[in-house]
Parts: sequence; C-alpha cells; structure tokens
Amino acid sequence: MITVTGLHKVFGDHEVLRGIDLTVRPSKTMVVIGPSGSGKSTLLRCCNCLEIPEAGEVTINGVTIVSEGKTVPETRLNAVRAETGMVFQSFNLFPHMTTAENVMCAPVTVRRTPKAEARVRALELLAKVGLADKADVYPGTLSGGQKQRAAIARALAMNPKVMLFDEPTSALDPELVGEVLQVMKALAQEGMTMVVVTHEMGFAREVADTVVVMADGRIVEAGTPERIFGDPREDRTRAFLRALVDGHLAAPQTP
Amino acid sequence: MTLDFTPVWHGFPRLLEGALVTVEVTMAAMLVSAAVGLLVGIVRLNPERRVAYGLASSYVAFIRGTPLLVQLFILFFGLPQFGILLPATACGILGLGIYSGSYVSEVVRGAIQSIEAGQTEAARSLGMSRAQAMRKVVLPQAFRRMLPPLGNEAIALIKNSALVSLLTIDDVMREGQRIISTSFRALETYLVVALIYFVLTNAANQVLRYLERRMQVERSR
Repeated sequence: MITVTGLHKVFGDHEVLRGIDLTVRPSKTMVVIGPSGSGKSTLLRCCNCLEIPEAGEVTINGVTIVSEGKTVPETRLNAVRAETGMVFQSFNLFPHMTTAENVMCAPVTVRRTPKAEARVRALELLAKVGLADKADVYPGTLSGGQKQRAAIARALAMNPKVMLFDEPTSALDPELVGEVLQVMKALAQEGMTMVVVTHEMGFAREVADTVVVMADGRIVEAGTPERIFGDPREDRTRAFLRALVDGHLAAPQTP
Repeated sequence: MTLDFTPVWHGFPRLLEGALVTVEVTMAAMLVSAAVGLLVGIVRLNPERRVAYGLASSYVAFIRGTPLLVQLFILFFGLPQFGILLPATACGILGLGIYSGSYVSEVVRGAIQSIEAGQTEAARSLGMSRAQAMRKVVLPQAFRRMLPPLGNEAIALIKNSALVSLLTIDDVMREGQRIISTSFRALETYLVVALIYFVLTNAANQVLRYLERRMQVERSR
C-alpha cells in the first residue's frame, strides 16, 4: 500500500531523514514513535509530498509519487493525494466554512460531486465521528477534540485508501484526547490502512499492527507492539520508553 | 469680503454630472486595479518564476516610484507619438487603475502570505490543485484581511481621480473649474467640490465597513 525506500531529507545542513525503508500493508495500522526531532513527522509529510525528499522513493498504491527528488506530474500527484487522507496536529480546518462545508469542499472541488450528494455524505461522516449536531456551525466554535474529529471526517470524504495522522492528539487538552483516539481506533477496526505518528503509547499498544521506533532520522527497530513494548532490543528504544514512563510518573507531582 | 454661492448653485447640476463621471471613472478604475492587483500580488508570491516575478516587481517599483500625474500624461500625451491614441476616459481609467493596482497588489500579497501554510497544506493533501487551493481556501480568508487596507486604497483612488480633469475628462473637478472660469468664485466652488468628494469617500468608507461587519457576523455564526 505504501512503500518507502532509502528516504533522505535535508533541511539546510541538518539531515532529518537518513535512509528510511518501510512498508505498510493494506488494512494495517503502523504507529511511528520516537523522541521529538527524530524525523517522524517529516517522514509522514514526505508520504504526501508536503516535503520533497532529496533521495529515495515513496510509492502509494502502486504509484511512485516521488523518486530521487523528483515528483510525478502535478495532476498525477493530486490524484494520489486525493486518495491519501492526512490529519494534522493543528487540524487546519477551513475557518471560513461550516463543519459540513469543510467536509464537502474537496469532493465538490476535486471530484465535481454534486453539492446535495456531497452534503448527504458529509452528514453521514460527521455522524460517524459524533458531530452530527455540529454540521452547520463554524470551526471556531468547536473544541479541539471536535475540530480534530471534523478534520478526520473531512479526510474521509475523499474515500481515501490510506490515512496519515501527524500527531493528531498532540495539540489537544488531555481530556479531549480519548474521543479522537476512539474515532481512529474505529477506523482501524474497519480495515483502513493507517500510518500514525503519535506519543500515545496506549493507542500504539492497543491498535497498532506494527510499531516503528525512530531516532535521529533512522528506524531503530520495528515490530509488533507486544515485542516493542515487552521486549525492546535496542538501547535507543529502551531509553525512549524509559523517558516516557519517567515523564508520566513525574507528571502528577507537578503542582 | 463676502461669500457668494449663487454661481455654484446655478452650476450645481453640472457639478453633479461631473460627480457622476468621477464615480464612473473611479469604479471602472477600481475594477482595473482589482484585476491588476490580484494578478500581480499572486505572481509576486513565487520568486521562482523568475520572468513573471521580475516583471511584476518592476511594475510595482516603477508605478509606486513615479507620480500619478506623470503616468497619466504619458498615457494621454505621450502614447499618441507611437500612434496609440486612446480616448481621454480610457487613459484616465487605465492610468488610475494601473497606479492603484500597484498598491492593491501589495495588499493582496500581504494578506495571502498571512494565511497559515497549514491551510494550503490541508487543501493540497485533499487533492486540490494549487489554483483550487488558492481559490477555495486561501483567497476567501485573505479577502477578509484585505478589506481594511483596500478601503484606504478605494478612498485614495477617489481623491486621485481629480487628476483626470487634466486629461480633459469632465469630472467634478473640471466642472468646478468651468464654473470658476466664468464666475471667479474659486473659494466657494472648491469648497462645494471638496464637499462632493467628501460625500463620495465617506460613502465608500460606509460600504467597506458594512462588508467588514457582514463577514465578521458570518464567521462567528
């Protein structure tokens, strides 16, 4: 479904990705974890050509969208992006459109779906993410969790074959994280192919088919969540997981 | 020293006709200005398109760096040397529009650049082309931010339009000068002319404030 080979990405003189290879199989969920600055988000953004990697290849659904720094022609890339849903840390809902219009926008603009039909589908999707009653309000009135669920509905409106999640809960208040993870978990169970960059280890443990640990632009290790969390083999993984546990233990003590 | 408004009063219908010409020329120039400003503003977003960017930047630099009156005279008195003989009204509309467009292009560029990159990224990730993302997502948001500075440009345009009287266009300024040439009542006439300009700029201001309010209501709904 997604194949990444030999991916390199440089920002200025900082090499963010230093040779990434991975494969996501259909209907599987891959969760990418690792310390900040390890290149997780950049990797995900390369999968949608929001960043252009200098070397290596990304193939989605049999289409090699970028190879050795060159992307496929614009129209082809747009077609692949249309079938690749992306969910951002900062939601990026369109503030000048109602929630329903946000969800309808891409089908109407890109696929020329008639508005009435797109609205019916938008309402279905909003109901699915628990926002049926928010269809006709503007995103400014929604909570963070509601915004992110609306953003997921917006991505689903294009019937994507793959969904990419870039730290979808990192900008949320802790009590709102659960509602978004619930929606994502339901999607995974329906058989959506997903790549999720997250710091939510509970989600990784429960939903992931594969957990990939990244550090310093490389994949440190990959495996089932049981293996990665139960029997981490690499020092970097152990250090990262230990830091997380310490972080969680330390958290309640801060006033 | 007494003020005598009788000649202006007698000439008032002609002043109103002139005001109508001022409004027509200004509104037509606004359309030119908006079209030029949008195009140039968008071209100036992307320095990688060297030729287009270079042309657009030179246009902004040259037009902003030279007096409007000189530009109008080049169009009206200069171009005929090359056999390009435009009617006075066309020169006035084009000259004002091209001049105002250079300022509008900067308003457009600034407003578009102020929209977060995430908006475009979200639109592109949904499969929209660059143009679709601009049209559906970025421009509607940028337009709201353009409104206040565009109001300034509209008002400047109305006031600058007085210069087209020097191209033999019978606007309110020129009709006023006609009244003075027979009555020699300069102060009274120019006061009334000023008042007419003030009414026009004030009306433009009200329209813009109404638009701003309406967009805010829409957003908070």
